[in-house]
Amino acid sequence: MDGNLITAILFATVVAGTPLIIVALGLLVNERAGVLNLGSEGMMAMGAVVAFAVTHHTGNPWLGALAGMAAGMSASLIFGVLTLTLQANQVASGLALAIFGVGLSAFIGKPYESVALQSVPAVRIPFIADIPIIGEALYNQQAMVYLSWALFWTVLWFLYRSRAGLVLRAVGESPASAHAIGHPVVLIRYLAVLFGGAMAGLGGAFLSVFYTPMWVEGMVAGRGWIALALVVFATWRPLRVMIGAYLFGGVMITQLFIQGSGLQIDFPAQFLSSLPYWATIIVLVVISRNANTIRLNSPASLGKPYRPEA
Amino acid sequence: MATRRNFMLTAGALAVAAALPLASFAQDVTKIGFVYVSPIGDAGWTFQHDLARTQLEAEFGDRIQTSFVENVAEGADAERVIREFAASGHKIVFATSFGYMNYVERVARQFPDVAFLHATGYKSGANFANYNARFYEGRYLNGVIAGHMTKSNVMGYVAAFPIPEVLQGINAFTMGARSVNPDVEVRVIWVNSWYDPGREREAAMTLISQGADVITQHTDSTAPVQAAEERGVYAFGYHSDMSKYGPTAHLSATTHLWGDYYVQTVKDVLAGEWKPTNLWGGYQQGMIQLAPLNDAIPAEVKAQVAELESQLTAGTFHPFTGPVVDQSGAERLPAGAVMDDETLGKMDYFVQGVASRLPSR
Repeated sequence: MDGNLITAILFATVVAGTPLIIVALGLLVNERAGVLNLGSEGMMAMGAVVAFAVTHHTGNPWLGALAGMAAGMSASLIFGVLTLTLQANQVASGLALAIFGVGLSAFIGKPYESVALQSVPAVRIPFIADIPIIGEALYNQQAMVYLSWALFWTVLWFLYRSRAGLVLRAVGESPASAHAIGHPVVLIRYLAVLFGGAMAGLGGAFLSVFYTPMWVEGMVAGRGWIALALVVFATWRPLRVMIGAYLFGGVMITQLFIQGSGLQIDFPAQFLSSLPYWATIIVLVVISRNANTIRLNSPASLGKPYRPEA
Repeated sequence: MATRRNFMLTAGALAVAAALPLASFAQDVTKIGFVYVSPIGDAGWTFQHDLARTQLEAEFGDRIQTSFVENVAEGADAERVIREFAASGHKIVFATSFGYMNYVERVARQFPDVAFLHATGYKSGANFANYNARFYEGRYLNGVIAGHMTKSNVMGYVAAFPIPEVLQGINAFTMGARSVNPDVEVRVIWVNSWYDPGREREAAMTLISQGADVITQHTDSTAPVQAAEERGVYAFGYHSDMSKYGPTAHLSATTHLWGDYYVQTVKDVLAGEWKPTNLWGGYQQGMIQLAPLNDAIPAEVKAQVAELESQLTAGTFHPFTGPVVDQSGAERLPAGAVMDDETLGKMDYFVQGVASRLPSR
């Protein structure tokens, strides 16, 4: 395999993994606060369509990305009101949001189906992009890719190094205790839900504005569900989410390259297409197989409603 | 989740359909129903059928009234929609997706006075016709153009599922390309979906970075054309003219037109002369057409394509004319022979010139 090919595979892997990282990190923070929002597919679709529309009208992809985040946040706010204020069931509300978001995005997006956007140029980081093979793949990417790395470090720092992160995790572990020592549990959960929504919206915006530049109904194509699964299989740890997302992207891209290489292999294409799913699951299950760390890392009150006693 | 929404849409449409008999009093108006598998959108399979529906309205004006339900999943919902159309006084029902076949068959038996037409299937009955188009004719012409335009002699094909219709397309494209450029190889990536813009784009990008400089697709989104435009290589659209998604890249597209067939069918029904048929139409029936050719294509290539088009229309040329040799080197059709429709419908191999191996089943 020559260097160019490796560069091409790496490059495509990073791009394919980026939306998953953004969305999954948002969901991770969301779930660490003890709230399970299954609506990511719907929030992504909303983010994608709104970001596309705003980018189309303003010509500015960054305004589009912001609008996508806002759309994701508003969708998650509905979820927040239902589950945190009205104490509705989180699983049912999340599923409803997923269906609602996909449907509403199709409705909003009708006029934009025939519109094509300019693709957003890559940002080349001087010097390090000249490193052979990996430089071109990692440091000549769209700014959103670098943003996803910044997001990773921020989430890591926030959860494990900041006081606010500690409080957030406490809320996810034992809301009653957190409440008893004076933390506003419901407010913190609202903020976590909004962050999750914003990141899902941003992930959707990445798809419609930066990745395919187009809007079509159903374009999220299940990535919201994959992100949800990634968080669980990565046992709520950011680094593993990142590994899982790139692994998923990497295996998907590699199987495409194998098919496209004209190599004479005797695998059913259906098998190759399913490879990313089970490869990711197996690897994440294997690296997270320690029962103690799973218990340590999974938010104990995930999905359970909490009503502060007056 | 999509099915749930489809259900809501369908349920809404049914409510409307149920209310229709009250609204339409005039007896001379023939009501015609269309069942679509996907949203109409701006390009693609359903868009082409809807073009034909508007052609019907233009042709017959007040004498007919058309209605459609889009995004009907190929399942029990389809049967409800089809039955509702028949029960609410529609005289002709066009069911435009393969998976509707068994439902059409069942409903057709219960409504002997209604004409049912089903696209791309193989069943028929006393009041149940099927129709399909010879997409491979357009593919062959795409291949001829591609064979002239390629510099790397590598072409990329983004394909959905290894079924005969898709294999006919890949093989016809390859044979067309090799008829003018025997050094060409075609690489196929299966994305295992009719519609997933992200994956279709990745597949196209992969093929391009492995040297393909002409991309074509047997999937439904415009993503491969856009990917080709971005990377400065050529592409062919499918279903509809996709040139606005890649003005430089888009060489042409294989499009299918159902309008003339629909008009003829409605005429026959109105005259009381309709008989169910099994029609597999191509250039001869005006069902297949190429989208306008890109100006980058040299005049002599355009002339060659025009010549082939007229031969296809006259019925003097068939893309699958022997020798057809498969990948293993075995001769599937002797020189000079023309492949019959039954053999075509069972195609399960790649011809020589396709570099990828057919996924084993």
